[in-house]
Amino acid sequence: MTTQPYEEEAVGALDRRTAARLLAYVRPYRLRVLAAVGLLLAASATELAGPQLYRIAIDRYIAPRAGSPDVWGLSWVAAVYLLVLGLGFSARWTQNVLMQAVGQQAMADLRTDLFAHLQRLPVAFFHRNPVGRLVTRVTHDVDSLNELLTSGLVAVFGDLVTLFGIVAAMLWLDWRLALVVLAVLPLVYGVTEQFRVRALEAYRAVRVRLARLNAYLNEQITGMSVVQVFNQEERARARFRDLNEDHLRANLASLSNMARFFPAVQVMGTLTVALLLWVGGGRAVQGWVTLGVLVAMIQYAERLFDPIRELAEKFNLLQQAMASSERIFRLLDEPVTLQDPAEPLPLQRVRGTVEFQDVWFAYDAAGADRDGVGWALRGVSFRVEAGERVALVGPTGAGKSSVVQLLCRFYDPQRGRVLLDGVDVRAFRQQDLRRHVGLVLQDVFLFSGTILDNLRLWDPQIPMERVREAARRAGAEGFIERLPQGYHTQVGERGVRLSAGQRQLIALARALVHDPQVLVILDEATSSVDAETEQQVLEALRGALQGRTTIVVAHRLATVQAVDRILVLHRGRLVEEGTHRELMARDGVYAKLYRLQTGQRRWTRSGAGGGG
Amino acid sequence: MGSRRFWSFVRRHLRAYLLGYAAALCAVAAAQVAPWVLRAAVDRVQRGAPGVEVFAAALLGLALGEAAFSYAMRWQILGAAFRIEAELRDALFAHLQGLDASFFHRWRTGDLMARAVSDVRAVQRFAGVGLMRSFHTVVMVASSVAFMLATSPRLTAVTMAILPAATVLFVALGRRIHRRFEVVQERFSDLSVLSQENFSGIRVVKAYAREAAEVQRFRAAVEDLAAAQVRLARVQGALWPAVGLVLGTAAVALLWEGGRLVASGELTLGQLVQFSYYLARLSFPMVAAGWVLNLWQQGRASMARLEEVFRAKPRVQDPPAPVVLPAVRGDLQFRGVWFAYDGRAVLRGVDLHIPAGRTVALVGPTGAGKTTLVSLVPRLFDPTQGSVRLDGVDLRELPLRTVRGAVGFVSQDPFLFSDTLYANVALGSQDDRRVREAFRMARLAKDLDQLPGGYHALVGERGVTLSGGQRQRAALARALARDPRILILDDALSSVDAQTEAEILAELRSVLRSRTAIVITHRLAALEEVDWIVVLDAGRVVEEGTHRDLLRNGGLYAELYEQQRLREALEAEAP
Repeated sequence: MTTQPYEEEAVGALDRRTAARLLAYVRPYRLRVLAAVGLLLAASATELAGPQLYRIAIDRYIAPRAGSPDVWGLSWVAAVYLLVLGLGFSARWTQNVLMQAVGQQAMADLRTDLFAHLQRLPVAFFHRNPVGRLVTRVTHDVDSLNELLTSGLVAVFGDLVTLFGIVAAMLWLDWRLALVVLAVLPLVYGVTEQFRVRALEAYRAVRVRLARLNAYLNEQITGMSVVQVFNQEERARARFRDLNEDHLRANLASLSNMARFFPAVQVMGTLTVALLLWVGGGRAVQGWVTLGVLVAMIQYAERLFDPIRELAEKFNLLQQAMASSERIFRLLDEPVTLQDPAEPLPLQRVRGTVEFQDVWFAYDAAGADRDGVGWALRGVSFRVEAGERVALVGPTGAGKSSVVQLLCRFYDPQRGRVLLDGVDVRAFRQQDLRRHVGLVLQDVFLFSGTILDNLRLWDPQIPMERVREAARRAGAEGFIERLPQGYHTQVGERGVRLSAGQRQLIALARALVHDPQVLVILDEATSSVDAETEQQVLEALRGALQGRTTIVVAHRLATVQAVDRILVLHRGRLVEEGTHRELMARDGVYAKLYRLQTGQRRWTRSGAGGGG
Repeated sequence: MGSRRFWSFVRRHLRAYLLGYAAALCAVAAAQVAPWVLRAAVDRVQRGAPGVEVFAAALLGLALGEAAFSYAMRWQILGAAFRIEAELRDALFAHLQGLDASFFHRWRTGDLMARAVSDVRAVQRFAGVGLMRSFHTVVMVASSVAFMLATSPRLTAVTMAILPAATVLFVALGRRIHRRFEVVQERFSDLSVLSQENFSGIRVVKAYAREAAEVQRFRAAVEDLAAAQVRLARVQGALWPAVGLVLGTAAVALLWEGGRLVASGELTLGQLVQFSYYLARLSFPMVAAGWVLNLWQQGRASMARLEEVFRAKPRVQDPPAPVVLPAVRGDLQFRGVWFAYDGRAVLRGVDLHIPAGRTVALVGPTGAGKTTLVSLVPRLFDPTQGSVRLDGVDLRELPLRTVRGAVGFVSQDPFLFSDTLYANVALGSQDDRRVREAFRMARLAKDLDQLPGGYHALVGERGVTLSGGQRQRAALARALARDPRILILDDALSSVDAQTEAEILAELRSVLRSRTAIVITHRLAALEEVDWIVVLDAGRVVEEGTHRDLLRNGGLYAELYEQQRLREALEAEAP
């Protein structure tokens, strides 16, 4: 029990820091926030006026029954009341709109900051973090922050003002009766607090279970055909049922808490009224308080419970939003490990010499030890002259992709240097570097949009002729023009409406559209194209690559034809280099690889013996 | 709610709803008696008579009664709604499981997810809060109006002239809010799609140095969203204040008119207080009516969206009277098979016979229909025309379990579940020995040392990221573990390095000896000695035969092969 306050405080302290960062986004709009707070105070004041007006009406004009009724007085009170209502309405409405506008602007700023920060993070970061989670940060988490700002902070302030206002008004009306009402408050606080804590737990439980359910559902939908082919429907359904039931149980627990709270608050409201009647009624009979005061007290007492209930609900909302903002700021604090230099060298024209100098590289630096275990590249050095065509070959895991990643500076090496035209690539702005280093990737990624969008990447400055030219050179023109909408065909989510081969042709064309002035790197780009198409593409590329430094990362040694030199990587080391003939003569790793590939033709002979 | 399916779910919980409604009646009764007590108390106080304590106690007793009944009402009805939510989602899941691959091509995962999550929840809200409040509201309004009339018809007329404005306002503003909210939702979803694609394709973004342009595109989307939100706030921000204004006005009217009546002695002060309570009872229902209407609209729209999914007929189904094969031999026959996708013919009359135990290679240019053809074997799709026969029986006449149980299918881009590696491989097999054997044959066993947890390494989001080659080998092992009669390799080793591939293929020799196999490959060199090669082009079998026959025919195969051979020869002689 004693540790609880400390924990609360710890959370509070953390929250204050987060809140301060959040407020920094609101600061540009502080005048509007001040105006909103002013309006809120006005609205709260109008709320307090109601019971007072009732009291005046009853005591002065309704209850006395002396002679003829004072219609004018009553009308006067009614008119004032209407005016007050009108003011309250305008103040609330204006305040709502004002706060939303502020919140939206602040959130737009935060979202853009977050997104821009993410754009600066290295590729490795996106490998570590599931895309779905990042999207949630940018969309839903920011939204719940907005909630915190607009209906949270300001409204909580309003509720508090209303609460204290009511207490003050009651004390002013009749302090003894007010004390009667206040005596109930500890009970209200206890019940509310219990509800709040349970509601928060229940909410978390529901959320966690819903997230699990959704993750499972998402995976099942994506992998449905595997489930079906393996006859796993029943098992999958059983697992889904478990998760679904779990979620249901959490929902029911949350419902049970909620279904108890609302009636309980109502009972306490009635309890207050009953107490007022009991205590106040006797006093009124004796003439110590007027009837108007009694009625006004009852009205205040009933209004007292609204802000308390709202505070309980909002407090949880605030906690959730705090959790969201912590997640957002943690993301914003994610260090940009691949920094652009403070004074980047300009990179206008590039000759295209590439050099690796004793490069050591591990994807997980902490996991790589001194003995060379865990390294993707271990002291790799080589030089590619401007205009030269080089192939990188080697078994899977030899480090071919790592070479490409370092050259584009998706990662930095732990030791050694990567040089472009004799200058360390870390001296350039990453964007400048990549503008000159065209990369066609192994895993083709298409954006949902048209083929044209995917070729130009939404750069409207690229003329259509250049797009067509690139498509033709990549051998993609034929199938694009056969599509009903041609270049304006929607490719669907991740390009599902195209075949794997077509996607690769598009990716090739994309690289040509952007016309990297110097280097084109093909990272096994032709792996799922059939031999004929591959041939077409290779033909096309041969023309396109004239005069450019080219590094071909090839899986199949057949695609290595017509390069000037072959670099053979094995287990992170450069083990051989030379022409095909030299390497064959040397009878090393390359020759073995080559023989293995050409020798594969033998496998079916004995394997299919039964079929005759 | 015009959906018969919805009401059938509600009917299953009829008891809970009836109990809930009965509790609601009791709660309303207790609530409506209370103002009578209050009136008597106030009148007593005004008369100067003692003994208010009894009334205070009665009030408290009534409140306790009301609380108990309204708890019961919520628990019964809202609880039933949560159960309906779970049942509906379960039914949806079961339905999805029965749908074929073409459905999942047409529907985006995100869209299906949205339906299974948000739409199901919207239906739950209507089934719960909607059905509860609509009943409670009607009873509350009817009884309040009755009591108001009994107290003072005149005051009833005055206040009832004002109150309905709240409902009208709510509905009118509600409609505009709804429209603007939809715009916000659209913008929000645009933003999600944009960021999702950006993150998934971050390497492309970075490779083409498009970061700044992407931030601009994002900023524009964000501004659009903010503008839509503010437009929404202008209407939405007016809603509750406006409702409050109407209710307040009614209260003022009551004070004014009622005050005069009391002052002139036509009404007691107690009656005025009593009346004000009934009026207050009406204010929530006035708002709730609009709210329920909203819930109903949303629930109906969501149920309609769910119906769209439920209406999708599984095109691949178990036959009503399946033919039972004693044991599957693995003889495959394609007879005049046509397949069209989105109205585009992918297969155009394929005739092909693969006797049991034979290994057949399927080759052809990109888009020839190779993957589609082999997808017909485990009935991921059914042919649009013609038939595929297993051991002489149309696949559509066999139990799905039999057909799929006989096939080991390995695709080029395999899907692994976020589970342990072992569980992924053991997906279709309970035989531990065979699973471990499959690990070995797929050359996955040697990777286990490097994976944290070995066999039990977690794969996927929260676990290790496997390389493309490892994923393909895991998929191969998964297929081998179930010991299939028919093995289909759809370019299944394209990301596996040459050495490992050779090792795997050597292992497969013994496996393939007794099995039917279809191998799709782009490697012509690997085909020279295969016993039967089928060449597919533009959805037709253009050639088939042994490597030697096909070369002699001088057709497409010979052409492809010649190119490849020349290239290899050139390469062998490259300087």
